[in-house]
Amino acid sequence: MNNLIVKSTPATPDLSVGKVSHGPAWLGLIGAAMCVIWLLVAIFGPWLAPHPVGEVVSDNVFDSISAVYPFGTDYLGRDMLSRILVGARFTVGLALVAAVLASGLGTSCALLSVVSPKWLDEVISRLMDAFISIPSKMLALIMVSAFGSSVTLLICTAVLSFTPGAFRIARSMAVNIEALEYVQVARTRGERRLYIACVEILPNMLNPVLTDLGLRFGFIVLLLSGMSFLGLGVQPPDADLGSLVRENIGGLNQGAPAIVIPALAIGTLTIGVNLFIDRLSSRRSRRSGGH
Amino acid sequence: MSELIRVENLRVVACGERGEVEIVKGVSFSLAKGEVLALIGESGSGKTTIALALLGYARRGCRLASGVVQIGEHDMLALSENELQGLRGNRVSYIAQSAAAAFNPAKKLIDQVVEGALIHGLGSRAALEAKAVELFRDLALPDPDRIGQRYPHQVSGGQLQRVMAAMALISDPLLVVLDEPTTALDVTTQIDVLRAFKRVVRERGATAVYVSHDLAVVAQMADQIVVLNGGEIFEQSATAPLLKGPAHEYTRSLLAAARPDTTIRPPCDVAQDTPLLTIQGLTAGYGNKNMHGMPSIRVLEDIDLTVRRGQAIGVIGESGSGKSTLARVVAGLLTPALGGLTFDGQPLGGSLSERTAEQFRRIQMVFQNADTALNPMHSVSTILSRPLKMYFGLKGAALRERIGELLDLVRLPRDMAERRPNELSGGQKQRVNLARALAAKPDLILCDEVTSALDTVVGAAILELLRDLRQELGVSYLFISHDISTVRALCDDIVVMYSGHKIQAGTRQAFAQAPFHPYTDLLIHSVPELRQGWLENCGTTCGELPPIGARANVPELCTFLNRCPVRVDGLCNHTAPSRRVIAGGSEILCHHDTAELLKTQQDLNIMTQGAYA
Repeated sequence: MNNLIVKSTPATPDLSVGKVSHGPAWLGLIGAAMCVIWLLVAIFGPWLAPHPVGEVVSDNVFDSISAVYPFGTDYLGRDMLSRILVGARFTVGLALVAAVLASGLGTSCALLSVVSPKWLDEVISRLMDAFISIPSKMLALIMVSAFGSSVTLLICTAVLSFTPGAFRIARSMAVNIEALEYVQVARTRGERRLYIACVEILPNMLNPVLTDLGLRFGFIVLLLSGMSFLGLGVQPPDADLGSLVRENIGGLNQGAPAIVIPALAIGTLTIGVNLFIDRLSSRRSRRSGGH
Repeated sequence: MSELIRVENLRVVACGERGEVEIVKGVSFSLAKGEVLALIGESGSGKTTIALALLGYARRGCRLASGVVQIGEHDMLALSENELQGLRGNRVSYIAQSAAAAFNPAKKLIDQVVEGALIHGLGSRAALEAKAVELFRDLALPDPDRIGQRYPHQVSGGQLQRVMAAMALISDPLLVVLDEPTTALDVTTQIDVLRAFKRVVRERGATAVYVSHDLAVVAQMADQIVVLNGGEIFEQSATAPLLKGPAHEYTRSLLAAARPDTTIRPPCDVAQDTPLLTIQGLTAGYGNKNMHGMPSIRVLEDIDLTVRRGQAIGVIGESGSGKSTLARVVAGLLTPALGGLTFDGQPLGGSLSERTAEQFRRIQMVFQNADTALNPMHSVSTILSRPLKMYFGLKGAALRERIGELLDLVRLPRDMAERRPNELSGGQKQRVNLARALAAKPDLILCDEVTSALDTVVGAAILELLRDLRQELGVSYLFISHDISTVRALCDDIVVMYSGHKIQAGTRQAFAQAPFHPYTDLLIHSVPELRQGWLENCGTTCGELPPIGARANVPELCTFLNRCPVRVDGLCNHTAPSRRVIAGGSEILCHHDTAELLKTQQDLNIMTQGAYA
């Protein structure tokens, strides 16, 4: 009879029937390429820049694309390529740090509230609810007007406004996983809360958390760009991509590359990150059998 | 006889990642009008895929590749989607496994029953509703005139399944496909549903295809049986000859697995006299606690239980009887409201934080559903190494060696250690689940319905493994199941629970012979037996229950009162029953004594003994 059982139960059920496809592989590759390019620009940009950021190099403002100035010049006649190469560091760096911090903080709080006693869960959840009720732009405006604009403050503002959302999403997933039997088994084995949170629960919610991180990165780029557009973000002569758009708004009616290119840059950055993360999480879920 | 249904060389393919995989490999059968054909096989045998192909339907990712499916004058594979829509729910209809998931909770039952027939324009609403009431009556639903006005959550699971049958039959279909319609039900409910199905099928001359993994159920329902495995027909014949003389080896293994009593005997000399786990006056439940610390929903009431070293205790009862809650309390996942636990002479804390590491190690729990009991992100070796590192501090080669030993112990090849749970079959997962519990070298293993989610053959192998492990390692089991034959096959002592009360406790032998508690009697005789005609002859739950007056306001009245066939007016509804010992050594919670119980149970018993002999 044993032989028969082995024979009748295929060792590897490899039918992945009706699985949701996350788009073709090349989309993910394009996303990954965009991410890598922007990361490289953020790291090496300032050294690659042909001209100093604040230097007026041309007499022509809103100059069009030429061999000398590949991205044209801005409203003061500064080299646009240099400004983007330097500005990318602010946008990518700030948003990346803020998104990772917000997602990390939200997920940690979520795991903590799920494995801790009920009263602590209540305290954390209500606190997050209080934060979530403050509109992020308003919060940012108040923070900047109260403390003045600085890089640290911008990061703090972004983290503060995006942590509660990350927490809500992570907590709802963690609660579901916590009720599953393998977590119960770990509890009856006498595992510590930290182990249950990090080894049993976290790996199973990482996919949605990563996707959420990608989304939040996009939102933070937009928030920071919006702040800079209002003149409350990164201060001159430095400029992030958002400030570049604002500075050169006068070139809009001339169709100057000085305004089109930073806008395009923001677009490619957020889209690239989302494509890449989507692909990453669909690969992970395929490996674990998909949920 | 004319052939109503003809399936010829049916092939269904699934589109996997590595191209197309054939999941139904050229199946042919035919069925005359008014007959019932059973498709039987374990999960993955393609039985549901074939059943759906009869409706011209393939699940997402699957494709009906070739063959003929002829239902009456319709060639189901040649018709367009629109034409098929006109047939489904009209000339062919489908009864799914889970009625609860098949009904819309926001609509009244009667509206859902007539909806399909209305769409197909089979009559006026009034006429169809009258017909539905007629069907409700035929299906032995209580209060057939008004049950249609209720919402799905207001009727029980077994009743809902029968309402679904009414929905399928209202269009007088040529063919009804029943896909495991009673698998999710308790045995005591299953018997009513089966009886209702059988009567309706016979009286209305319906042609039916019955999909099931349970040979005993199929034996009651079907005229023809098709045994499937891996998408191929292994054997195909009329019911009686197949049960008497199965031709194929696989059918024989199915038959053997359906009769666990004859294949497994519990080891005799393992149990010692020293008590390992003692439960005293245990009361527990869920929900908010009141002033006296009692939970608002009480699930367990005043449970006493002793597990001796090396002993296997079986706990049986239907869903909602509190048997899983009992395991959760012992495991420390639920803190009891009253009563105490003693483990090997030491008091056992109610909550996890009050227990010592050694107590954690010595009590291990194996859950019912191996799919959710194994972390999908961890490999088998990670799953097994955690308790080894934690309790014994094993590392490196010693750790690998021990993992290998554990896999040997549960009869899995050693190279499975690097696999992820989703790369294992159901039975293999359950073995890993068991190996993880064994890794701790426990004294007590709590088995919560460990074989319920498995196919009969695989389940029987797991039972055999549990028996061998007990013989080799001398562990004790608290074995929880809804299936009395499984429990009888493995355990020394058996406890029967009903709505949170322990209503009978006795040795395995005491459960082989009357007298029993009236509920135990019902439970034992509701388990389908592997012979034709059992359903018609078994005497349970047929007759009217004796009438009783209003219940007196006494808190501890018998909980089985509403369903008890031997209740006594003036006694059972006024006085709380007391525990008494009956012949055979069982302790029961009932007003009746040995002589009275024997009077109602004796003749049934002779018949059962004949069946098990």
